[in-house]
Amino acid sequence: MGIQTPNGFNRDNSGKRIVVDPVTRIEGHMRVEVNVDADNVIRNAVSSGTMWRGIEVILKDRDPRDAWAFTERICGVCTGTHALTSVRAVENALGITIPENANSIRNLMQLALQVHDHVVHFYHLHALDWVDLVCALSADPRATSTLAQSISSWPLSSPGYFKDLQTRLKKFFESGQLGPFKNGYWGSKAYKLPPEANLMAVAHYLEALDFQKEIVKIQTIFGGKNPHPNWLVGGVPSPINVDGTGAVGAINIERLNLISSIIDRLIEFNEQVYLPDVAAIGSFYKDWLYGGGLSGKSVLSYGDVPEHANDYSSKSLKLPRGAIINGNLSEVLPVDHANPDEIQEFVVHSWYKYPDETKGLHPWDGVTEPNYVLGPNAKGTKTAIEQLDEGGKYSWIKAPRWRGHAMEVGPLARWVVGYAQNKAEFKDPIDKFLKDMDLPLSALFSTLGRTAARALESVWAGRQMRYFQDKLVANIKAGDSSTANVDKWKPESWPKEAKGFGFTEAPRGALAHWIKIKETKIDNYQCVVPTTWNGSPRDPQGNIGAFEASLMNTPMVNPEQPLEILRTIHSFDPCLACSTHVMSPDGQEMASVKVR
Amino acid sequence: MPTSSQANRILVLGIGNILWADEGFGVRAVEKFHRRYAVPDNVTILDGGTQGLYLVNYLEDADRLIVFDAIDYGLEPGQLKLVRDDEVPRFTGAKKMSLHQTGFQEVISAADLLGRCPRHLVLIGCQPLDLEDWGGPLTKPVRDQIAPALELGCEILAEWGVEVMPRTAPLAESERLLANDIDHQHYEMRGRPA
Repeated sequence: MGIQTPNGFNRDNSGKRIVVDPVTRIEGHMRVEVNVDADNVIRNAVSSGTMWRGIEVILKDRDPRDAWAFTERICGVCTGTHALTSVRAVENALGITIPENANSIRNLMQLALQVHDHVVHFYHLHALDWVDLVCALSADPRATSTLAQSISSWPLSSPGYFKDLQTRLKKFFESGQLGPFKNGYWGSKAYKLPPEANLMAVAHYLEALDFQKEIVKIQTIFGGKNPHPNWLVGGVPSPINVDGTGAVGAINIERLNLISSIIDRLIEFNEQVYLPDVAAIGSFYKDWLYGGGLSGKSVLSYGDVPEHANDYSSKSLKLPRGAIINGNLSEVLPVDHANPDEIQEFVVHSWYKYPDETKGLHPWDGVTEPNYVLGPNAKGTKTAIEQLDEGGKYSWIKAPRWRGHAMEVGPLARWVVGYAQNKAEFKDPIDKFLKDMDLPLSALFSTLGRTAARALESVWAGRQMRYFQDKLVANIKAGDSSTANVDKWKPESWPKEAKGFGFTEAPRGALAHWIKIKETKIDNYQCVVPTTWNGSPRDPQGNIGAFEASLMNTPMVNPEQPLEILRTIHSFDPCLACSTHVMSPDGQEMASVKVR
Repeated sequence: MPTSSQANRILVLGIGNILWADEGFGVRAVEKFHRRYAVPDNVTILDGGTQGLYLVNYLEDADRLIVFDAIDYGLEPGQLKLVRDDEVPRFTGAKKMSLHQTGFQEVISAADLLGRCPRHLVLIGCQPLDLEDWGGPLTKPVRDQIAPALELGCEILAEWGVEVMPRTAPLAESERLLANDIDHQHYEMRGRPA
């Protein structure tokens, strides 16, 4: 039974339909529908998202040098990453180079954002898919202390510490104000941790909440302003004045030292808390290796963190660059953002209109014209959809494809590419993690693998921050305090027409902006964001995207409590940017689960 | 970064997404507030945008908080509503901010969980008319309420013993909360000929 997709999945929508809407603890509004068979195993998955409608309508005719400020507002989590991608796109179009210090500072800001996002994602958005909070209330604080001390030398681990925390937690629960904890399926059999591991994880949840604020200071110091840092085409906006004493905005020794101490603490937190927690929690879920989806088949990484300013070749990029298709890890293929045949977006199942929807469009030629129509088999109305028809249009997300392939992007994709390239800094930590867990390489291609790759990457990013901080300080000491190149700042120096692209690896995956400039103004501007790749609907060939693929063949303990769906979707750290739509005040917080 | 150590530290915060028409009310309100008034050192004016957990540290550093936001109360478009203290989380819960759908309610409970939530909360909300106009301006009924909303804010500040001073000289461009063409005036000048 069922239909074979070209990318290797057998989907069957004959069983019971389950609707999860909205999927909570993600950025934006997302809906998932699945069909389960008689054994409650997922046999068909449909992911649908609301999406911002293309930035080009807002950016057309604006000054390219201001584009970053607009793209920074698309979303509340990729703030700096969008801005960085934007200034890179403009620099690429106009042939603007940046000084070495600007490259180091941008890398530091980008890596700080990676670590911040990864830590916040794991503890505040994802951990509760694995950790049963209510169960933590019955933990023995002494045994929790023993457990904590057995996995790490982190000092906050005394029995008294865990006892106080438990008391605080009880009080919080008894006040009836569940706040961030209200969406859990507490007590579900899909939770496997003993009470003590749960309590330890909750302690670290709070520590992470406290610590994340420190990481943000790096953006404030280099960006001059928070929570919306400043960026600059041609470099970075903050001047360096080592001997300065607190002049507004300037980077002086005192501030560089503060950054250095934050980096030290962030490395410590990554290595003594975050990674050990992922390993400890993961060890209870070793038999839950679902959710691999496309990760063992087709992955894409643009690469990021250039070692040398203005060199975006795969040799210079410290985060790996390349594509893997059909599960062939022995070949990493080159990626070209400018090639019209490589990255294309399709809309046959998206709520947009193209002149010919059998074909994809390269982002330079991209159009975003809404066309909200439901398929003939959809149930409900346009304002109250009961069930989507995945045979028709069913998502506000477009379907990007690389040479026609649906691709997974994100930390796991990056690390798989690095692993396939035999780069020791990616391969060794993966091999060690799997060995410590006593798992084979195939276990990497799973929900757990995605979560582990993010933790490994956070550790990696912390160390890279140390590297670039040292490099920055050494360069300043050698007498170079340049942070911006203003040679081509004036529009009079630009060609009549220009086009370019900029790319980064956002915490949740490959991000790129494409720009066309005409008569010094923006003529077209397109962003293809990571969740467009991962959350994409089907394409004209019927390939399913990464979210849908990852849910296939997952057994559910209880379809009324779709914990397994949340766990796997959350492992991608989805970001359906900027959907701050007002929702009706009643019942918007709990995900509604409908079983049909 | 807020560094004030005074006992009566006040945060005046605007939240929302300027790219979604009336969703931008809160941010536009603080932008205007900052252009119009000078405040003493113990008061911080902040454009919070759609930032979620990034805002927790600002909340922690404040004893009192005023939030401007577009809130759907099911009222007439442009109608203002002021709620206080315990009522605030309930109302801000009606809307989602960013950072993985962290509602502002969750930002408040995160600060609370850390034991460092402002003692006094005031929400000055405005009923939006249009939240679907991607890239569009504030609608007239909402735009017209910015000035009255600021007056409400000044009244609250006065109640808290803070006197705001109308600026006598226009605020320098570099001092403004929003720049690079996303300030209110330039943002809404759309479709102008090249």
